[in-house]
Amino acid sequence: MTIEADRIDSVELCRAVAAFKAKGCRFVTITCVGADQRGAELLYHFDRELALSHLRLTVAGDEVPSICGIYSAAFLVENEIQDQFGLRFNGLVPDYRRTLFLAGEDSLPPFRRKSGPDQEE
Amino acid sequence: MAGTILPFGPQHPVLPEPLHLNLQIEDEIVVSATPAFGYVHRGLEKLADIRDFRQMIQVVERVCGICSMIHALTYCQGLEELMGIEPTPRARFLRVIWSELHRLHSHLLWLGLFADAMGFESLFMQLWKVRERIMDINEATAGNRVILSVNVIGGVRRDLDSGQTAWILSELAEVEKGFSAMSRTILHDYTVQKRTRGKGALSRSQAMELGCVGPMLRASGVSQDMRLLGYAAYGELEFAPVVEQDGDCYARCRVRFAELGQSIGLIRQAIAKLPAGDTSVPVKGRPPAGEVVARAEQPRGECLYYIKANGGKFLDRLRIRTPTFANIPALTVMLPGIELADVPVVLLSIDPCISCTER
Amino acid sequence: MGLIDKLISTARRSSPWLLHFDCGSCNGCDIETLACLTPVYDVERFGVVNVGNPKHADILLVTGTVNLRNREVLAVLYEQMPEPKVVVAIGACGLSGGIFREAPNVVGGVDKVIPVDVYVPGCPARPEAIIDGVVLALEKFRGKALAVL
Repeated sequence: MTIEADRIDSVELCRAVAAFKAKGCRFVTITCVGADQRGAELLYHFDRELALSHLRLTVAGDEVPSICGIYSAAFLVENEIQDQFGLRFNGLVPDYRRTLFLAGEDSLPPFRRKSGPDQEE
Repeated sequence: MAGTILPFGPQHPVLPEPLHLNLQIEDEIVVSATPAFGYVHRGLEKLADIRDFRQMIQVVERVCGICSMIHALTYCQGLEELMGIEPTPRARFLRVIWSELHRLHSHLLWLGLFADAMGFESLFMQLWKVRERIMDINEATAGNRVILSVNVIGGVRRDLDSGQTAWILSELAEVEKGFSAMSRTILHDYTVQKRTRGKGALSRSQAMELGCVGPMLRASGVSQDMRLLGYAAYGELEFAPVVEQDGDCYARCRVRFAELGQSIGLIRQAIAKLPAGDTSVPVKGRPPAGEVVARAEQPRGECLYYIKANGGKFLDRLRIRTPTFANIPALTVMLPGIELADVPVVLLSIDPCISCTER
Repeated sequence: MGLIDKLISTARRSSPWLLHFDCGSCNGCDIETLACLTPVYDVERFGVVNVGNPKHADILLVTGTVNLRNREVLAVLYEQMPEPKVVVAIGACGLSGGIFREAPNVVGGVDKVIPVDVYVPGCPARPEAIIDGVVLALEKFRGKALAVL
C-alpha cells in the first residue's frame, strides 16, 4: 500500500505548491522519506476540508527549492530536514544553517543513509 | 534603543520547558521574534532503526507526556491500516474514553499554566486541584498517571468494568462542577480580559496560511477538528467543533474551556454506548509493508504520523508532525507589535509543547 | 563566620528554594513536578518555594535526558547557584537517558554533566516519589550547610 501522490521534480515544485495555495489548502508538512548521495525523496502534504493531498518530489543531489516564499510556515520543517538529512533548501528564510537542533554544518546529519533510498516497488 | 535583542529562555519562570526566543525590541514593543530550538531534541524518530515496530509504541508514547495516549493511538491506527486490522468495537470506544480523559487533563493543565502566565496564581492552583481527579481516573484505569500505555496494535490492553465506568461518571460530575465554578473567573474576570483580549490576534486567512492546527485554528473561525474524520469511535458519537471568531488569546481560552465540557460529553456518550466484547484482536502474520499517513486530534491539534515499512521488523521511516510544530510559525507573526509583558501570555496561548516540537 | 552569614545559613536551611529545569524530558516528569507544587501534594509545606532564578535557588530539580545543546545550559545553571547546593535528578531519563539513551542527540543522565545527590526513579516519577526525593535533598542540604558553618 502506498500513498497516492503526484510525482514531480524540483522544477515543477513551486508551481505545484502555489496551485495548492490558490485552491485554499492548508500546508500540513513536508516529510523527507530518505536521502543519500544520489538524491532524496520528499513528500509534501496539504489539507483541504479534512482531505489530504500529497506531492512526491524526487531530487538528484542535495539541492531542493524552498517553498517558504509561498507558505512561510514551511521554514521550520525545511530547517529540520536540513538538520536531519543534510539537504540544502535554496531560498530558505530564516536559514538556521543546520543549527535548528544540531551543532551546525560540521555535524553529521543523523538520518542520512549511506546507501541509496529504497526504490518504489 | 532600536535593535535591542532580548533573549527569552531557555530557562524561564513562565515556561515549564526550554524554548528560546530572540526578541528584537524597541522600547517595550517587540519588533521581531526568532525562535531557537534544540534544547529538548532527542532524535527519537531514529530509534525506529533499533526498536521494532511493536516496541516503538513505548517510544512514541514518550514523544510528549501530556498527549502520550493519543500519540500511541495515532501510531497504532497507522499500523492497523497498513496491516489491514480492524480493532474491536469495544476497543474503539475505550480509545475515545482515554483520549478524552487526556484532552481534559491537558486543557486543565494549560488553563492553569495560562493563568500562571497572567500572574493569576490562585486560579492555577484551583485548576490543577480539579485536574488531579482526572489523574486519579487515569491511574485507577490504566495503572499510571501520565503515560497510560493502553494502546496495542489491534486494540487496547486494559478494560473497564461497570463499577469503574460508574465511578468515572461520578468523578467527571465533580470535575465539571469544579471547573464550572471557575468559569466566571476564567471567562469574565476583568483582569483576565485585560490581559488576553485583542492580544496576538490571527485572522482566519492568516491562521490558514500559517498552517495552524487545533484550538488555534478553531479560535480563528475555522471549523476543523480531526475527530470529524471519525477515527476510533468518533464517527458514532455526536459533537461539533468549538469555534470562536476573534482569533486572539481570549478566543483560544474560550475554545479550550468549552472543549472541557465537550470532552466530558463525549466520555458520557462513549460510556453509554460502550459495546460488549473483546478489547483487542490477535495480531498475526507478516510485519507491515508499505506507507501510510495517520492523523488524529490531540489536545493541541492535528497530529500526523507518516510510517513507511518494508515488511521487516524495523520501520523504514517514521515521521511525526506534532501540533505544536505546526503552531510555532504563528508565533513569528503574533509576537511583533505586542508589549514585552504580554509575551508570556501570547506564547502560552499556542499551548506550546516543546518536547513534541523537537522530539 | 560572621553573625549575618550564620543568620543567612539558618534561614536557608529552614526554607530552601527550588529551581526546576527541564533538560530534555517528555513532559511527563515535568507535569508531575509541577503537580507537586499544587494543592493535592503541596511540597511547599516543607518550606520550599519554586523560583525561576538560579541565583536564588538551593535545590536544583532536573528532569529529562541531557542532550548536546542543553548540557551547557545545565552546567551554567548549576554554576550560578550559590554554595551549598543539592541536585535531584528525576525520572528514568534523568538517571540514565532512559528510553532515549540510544537516540542520536542524547548524551545520557544528568550525572554526566553535574554531580547528582538524589536520584528519583520512575517513568514518569510519581509525585510521591518526587516529594520523597526533595525531602532527602533537604536533609542533604542541611548537612552541607552545617558543614560550612
